[in-house]
Amino acid sequence: MKLTQISIFLENRKGRLFDVCSLLGKNKVNIRALTVAESEQFGILRIVVDKPEATAALLKKHGFVASLTDIVAVEVADKPGGLADILKVLSVSDINVEYMYGFVERKSDKAILVFRFDEPDKAIVLLKKKKIKVIGRKEIGDL
Amino acid sequence: MEINFWDKEIETIDKAALKVLQLKRLKETVSCALKTQFYKPRLKKAGINSADDIKHWEDYKKIPLTTKDDLRECYPNGLLAVDMKDVVRLHTSSGTTGTPTVIYHTKNDINHWAELVARSIVATGATNEDVFQNMMSYGMFTGGLGLHYGAEKVGLTVIPMGGGNTKRQIQLMKDFGSTILHITPSYILHIHSKLGESGVELKDLRLRKAYLGAEPYSENTRKKVEQLFKIDVYNSYGLSEMNGPGVGFECAHKCGMHVWEDTYLLEVIDPKTGESLGEDKEGEIVLTNLTRRATPLLRYRTRDIAAIHKGLCGCKRTHRRISRILGRTDDMLIINGVNVYPSQIEEVIMRIPQVGTNYQIYLEKEGTLDKLVVKVEIYSKMFSGNLAEIDALKSRIVEELRASIIIHPAVELHEPGSLPVFEGKAKRVVDNRVKL
Repeated sequence: MKLTQISIFLENRKGRLFDVCSLLGKNKVNIRALTVAESEQFGILRIVVDKPEATAALLKKHGFVASLTDIVAVEVADKPGGLADILKVLSVSDINVEYMYGFVERKSDKAILVFRFDEPDKAIVLLKKKKIKVIGRKEIGDL
Repeated sequence: MEINFWDKEIETIDKAALKVLQLKRLKETVSCALKTQFYKPRLKKAGINSADDIKHWEDYKKIPLTTKDDLRECYPNGLLAVDMKDVVRLHTSSGTTGTPTVIYHTKNDINHWAELVARSIVATGATNEDVFQNMMSYGMFTGGLGLHYGAEKVGLTVIPMGGGNTKRQIQLMKDFGSTILHITPSYILHIHSKLGESGVELKDLRLRKAYLGAEPYSENTRKKVEQLFKIDVYNSYGLSEMNGPGVGFECAHKCGMHVWEDTYLLEVIDPKTGESLGEDKEGEIVLTNLTRRATPLLRYRTRDIAAIHKGLCGCKRTHRRISRILGRTDDMLIINGVNVYPSQIEEVIMRIPQVGTNYQIYLEKEGTLDKLVVKVEIYSKMFSGNLAEIDALKSRIVEELRASIIIHPAVELHEPGSLPVFEGKAKRVVDNRVKL
């Protein structure tokens, strides 16, 4: 139930983010979720797409520095306290969140959160036990 | 103009007597060199089996030139000519590709070096009433200790502050009424820009002179510093292979640096052909140290470009003068007074696996100080997507460079293929510094 995220190293240069997005657009890759971690001179663009392996290969072919990372996507009620409920489950079990980002699902009242955990497998078991919905690859493609 | 001497007899020695003294000392140096692993086979090959084979000045030309690479190969003791128990100090350079160079000194060597520095500073008018703030780094760098010993010999009040810490430097200048500074040109300009911030005005200071060295600079920079501080600026020349500062120094006339020719045999050669050039011709300075017994160096190619001035100086010193250093024959960079070879930077970068094969070295001015920017491409296979790892990589490159070249660089990480690619000889160094 783990998903695969693509991380792309981008130096802080004009038009670099555009380069990535236009390449993906031309190749009909739809970005489901996106975040940018930034530093002074460079950033890491993290995206969730429907076909991560093929997309990563495409990016590398075009000279981008890209790597794949396991992440876990979780459905959460789009209401106050929704995120806190999930974090509480993880926190009591000593699972660390390295980073996370979220996006709102289009046709429902749910939000989807993307997590990078230090122990993703353990996190998935735990989340499921607490009846928290973990999104699979197919569902991400269907969104 | 009042002309002071530290050792008038030697400083005004007539030409003929100087030649005799030089030849005598050259013989002593050759017999000393024959005791070293390096020179023994080399001199024999050139037909010099003992000091007696040096009879006339013509014989001098038989001695082959010595290069920096020779010095590296001699590390650590190929040029040691005395028993280690007679060595009282050594100075090493950081070395370009991991091989440093070393110069040993006996007690007499150190004392003679201090004599040369004493002559130099007295020639500028320094006396025991001066307060001397030494802003050159102490330690392995010869700039700090070199001037220190000479200044103490003359009896100046020495403040051994070393480099950096501008606020404290200014405070000390004010509190102790420093009259003479020993400093790099870029740093003295930086100090001037910080005076206001420190709440110190020129009238609070008692500055009269500055000895500027360790970096090339122009006559205009001298004038600028002289006007900004209302002081006299004297040019200083030295290199660690020839002890350090005190090889050449300007006198009160400020018209070229007197090279102490009783101690240094001075030649200027065409760097391409090795041929000796006449006066007023720009070329590479070649020096023989005639008095150092622990580490003899014969006809050493300094890679510094300058010319020997024609004619006598108004101060009546007979020792000839050289121009400012006009350039280098190699790719050595001087960054805030520190000597750095691009290969040193490359060596550090290339041992880090997360770094790709392309890199560039940028030099910029930040205020009056030099700023070193090292741009490297990351190696795509080592990218894990983790920001902390990339930050750690950057810090690692900064730290390792700092440890190797002493300078704190700015490091920029770039995507593979984003730095310019060169066909043939790569232009790795981009020097955007405005010449001082």
